[in-house]
Amino acid sequence: MPNTPAPILSRRRKAPEGFVRGADVARVAAELRNGRRDLLRSAFAAALAGGGAAAHAQAGDPYILQLPAHGKGLGNPVVTDGYGHPSQHERNVQRRQSPGLTQTRQASVSFAPLQSLFGIVTPTGLHFERHHQGWWDIDPTQHRLMVNGSDDRLLKTPMVFTMDQLMRLPSVSRFHFIECGANTGMEWGNVAVPTVQYTHGMLSCCEFTGVPVRLLLEMCGADVKRGRFLLAEGADGSGMTRTIPMELVERGEVLVAYGCNGEMLRPENGYPLRLVVPGVQGVSWVKYLRRLEVGDQPYATKDETLHYVDLMPDGQHRQYGSIQECKSVVTTPSGGQVLLDKGYHSISGLAWSGRGKVKRVDVSTDGGQNWRPARLQEPVLHKCLTRFSADWAWDGKSAIVQSRAIDDSGYVQPTYRQLRAVRGSRSIYHNNAIQSWLVSESGEVRNVQLA
Amino acid sequence: MCSWRSALAATLLGGASAIAAAQGASYAGIGRAATPAELAAWDTDVRADFKGLPKGSGSVAQGQQVWESQCASCHGTFGESNQVFQPIVGGTSEADVKSGHSARLTDRSYPGRTTLMKLPTVSTLWDYVQRAMPWNAPKSLSPDQVYAVVAYMLNLGGVVPDDFVLSEATMARAQARLPNRNGMTTAHALWPGARVAMRADVQAAPCMQRCASEPRIASTIPDHARDAHGNLAEQNRLVGAQRGADTSRAAAGAAPATESNDARAPWALAGKHGCTACHGIEGPLVGPGFRDVGRKHAARTDAVAYLNDKIRAGGAGTWGNVPMPPQSLPESDALALARWIAQGAVQ
Repeated sequence: MPNTPAPILSRRRKAPEGFVRGADVARVAAELRNGRRDLLRSAFAAALAGGGAAAHAQAGDPYILQLPAHGKGLGNPVVTDGYGHPSQHERNVQRRQSPGLTQTRQASVSFAPLQSLFGIVTPTGLHFERHHQGWWDIDPTQHRLMVNGSDDRLLKTPMVFTMDQLMRLPSVSRFHFIECGANTGMEWGNVAVPTVQYTHGMLSCCEFTGVPVRLLLEMCGADVKRGRFLLAEGADGSGMTRTIPMELVERGEVLVAYGCNGEMLRPENGYPLRLVVPGVQGVSWVKYLRRLEVGDQPYATKDETLHYVDLMPDGQHRQYGSIQECKSVVTTPSGGQVLLDKGYHSISGLAWSGRGKVKRVDVSTDGGQNWRPARLQEPVLHKCLTRFSADWAWDGKSAIVQSRAIDDSGYVQPTYRQLRAVRGSRSIYHNNAIQSWLVSESGEVRNVQLA
Repeated sequence: MCSWRSALAATLLGGASAIAAAQGASYAGIGRAATPAELAAWDTDVRADFKGLPKGSGSVAQGQQVWESQCASCHGTFGESNQVFQPIVGGTSEADVKSGHSARLTDRSYPGRTTLMKLPTVSTLWDYVQRAMPWNAPKSLSPDQVYAVVAYMLNLGGVVPDDFVLSEATMARAQARLPNRNGMTTAHALWPGARVAMRADVQAAPCMQRCASEPRIASTIPDHARDAHGNLAEQNRLVGAQRGADTSRAAAGAAPATESNDARAPWALAGKHGCTACHGIEGPLVGPGFRDVGRKHAARTDAVAYLNDKIRAGGAGTWGNVPMPPQSLPESDALALARWIAQGAVQ
């Protein structure tokens, strides 16, 4: 936005048109306070019908006084569906594309609905997607993993493993976040998208199950003194390749994973095998993993020279960017939502760091003038999403809600001004700036950036 | 099994350079040695030092033929197209060839960043084309074709002359003239593979009180674009502390959702069956847009049956020389798509 920055008081907005009319918000709020859900419902109905006061003089909530069908009848039997689905009332909670972001749906992305998620685990069907040349549902009995060296001396014996064999090996299950390097990339220059789904939704967190790559390299007799890099390659048409530093492999953190949230990976996420590289951007978590090669230099693949490189103001590109630095975002309340009432709200959000654990999260409701520590919800795990919350009594005036995370390396999440002062605004990747949400007097929340 | 060998190697090397495989014996029966043929089939990556390059060669002229039949439909005749993917060619100069820095990367008035403006290593282009191109038939080009088409792209960008023949022997000559060959740095804290650990480049302090002056909003989404991502009321849960803002322009209750869902169903089918890899709604991608197809056959009384046959049997020549392969999809889906295309591919 080229607009001259204006004080927020001059930018207060009228009540949103739509499903709760401005005039009805106060009444809805009052009825909510009284626990009169029937009146709330009728207020919505009235709003839809074009307004008009609904007179109610009842003994209480009809949903209490009149037994519903589900209280008076016989329910559904078991196994109406061998694999269950969310409630029909949850149909709005979906992965979504950002219109116009890509020209094809095979080289594209869908965003996870962070505004609707609780805790730290992403339901598997809502895990964000990023495909470079379309996704496949591969027959696991035909899938192979090859481990080799870029020369004969880097690995004693190049080996091939079937899925049966990989799944016989001792496994570990760990919770980790996965974030695309381009998450929040549309917002480097200015506000471009309305909700946290689009600003931060290339982010998910799951329990991954698999075998440490270190074990496979041991079995093959890899020379990791000279072989300081690992090439990971996918089996799909894109043949995705990324260089993984051996330092991360040696820590035992890098996995060949087949499990996700207690079941096998979903096809969109790499079934039957993907690399898990905790703390590192998602493009390195190669899907449909077919090959690992030990090498003595980085590989300069397409997605580490032409893409996933960060353009700096001096015209140089930063290559091999991998670590996702400490970042956080408030998901409730967040852009595109409408608060129904003044009074108590629990500000809640997610924090994470590719360098380790989240140590602290601070929250501001006045656009960063004053901050207070948020509560961190257990568990707080290594290279994993952490849920935070803070109490807030909203007084009905416009407010700017922000969060700021600090990790156990001492790194502090920067403001846009601090980030741009070093990196400019054309990096595309690795935007971990503090997010601002403007809550206007109407209760509507908007994505804003501060001068 | 290799465990005894690696254990032996560890002993011979004093355990210094091989990971100890003490417990390897307990994984008996898991994995086997790869055969030379298997390694040759899969180990095709090409590094910046040209390790992995196969023997072969291709001229700029040969590359033009490959380009025009297999690449131009997405990337444009001169690699300049921005229609499907980012442009490959453009934005570089002879001065860049001399300096090894793309000057336009610091020119904020220059809109795009083409492949050749960024490319630091010619091996990358070779490796990527052989593994992932063409878009709908990856790994179908021979090494000679890859050399040729890479030579053609480099020629379009003024990197190599018209009579150039690219081969494993001449790759270094092309590399020495890449416009942005000096344009990369690994001196940053996001790369754990760097030899020297770097301090984070952005340093902030966690101030708690009176940290900033009154905030001023520099950017937000303008009102006219409120609904650019659809109706946000439909993108939030229907219960809880808040609802989604209704950003639709139409008054509430105007069009029932089911109708629009029905209209979207064929488009979803087109996605499900991979049609949208090559076809958009309007205008050409790899193949013609669905509406273009509908218009072309609008006069046919048997348009639905004709398109149904075309979808299932494939064809070439109607829209150009890129063939459409036969599609295996349920007959009912093919028919639904044919009907939708014939009726104008309304979304």
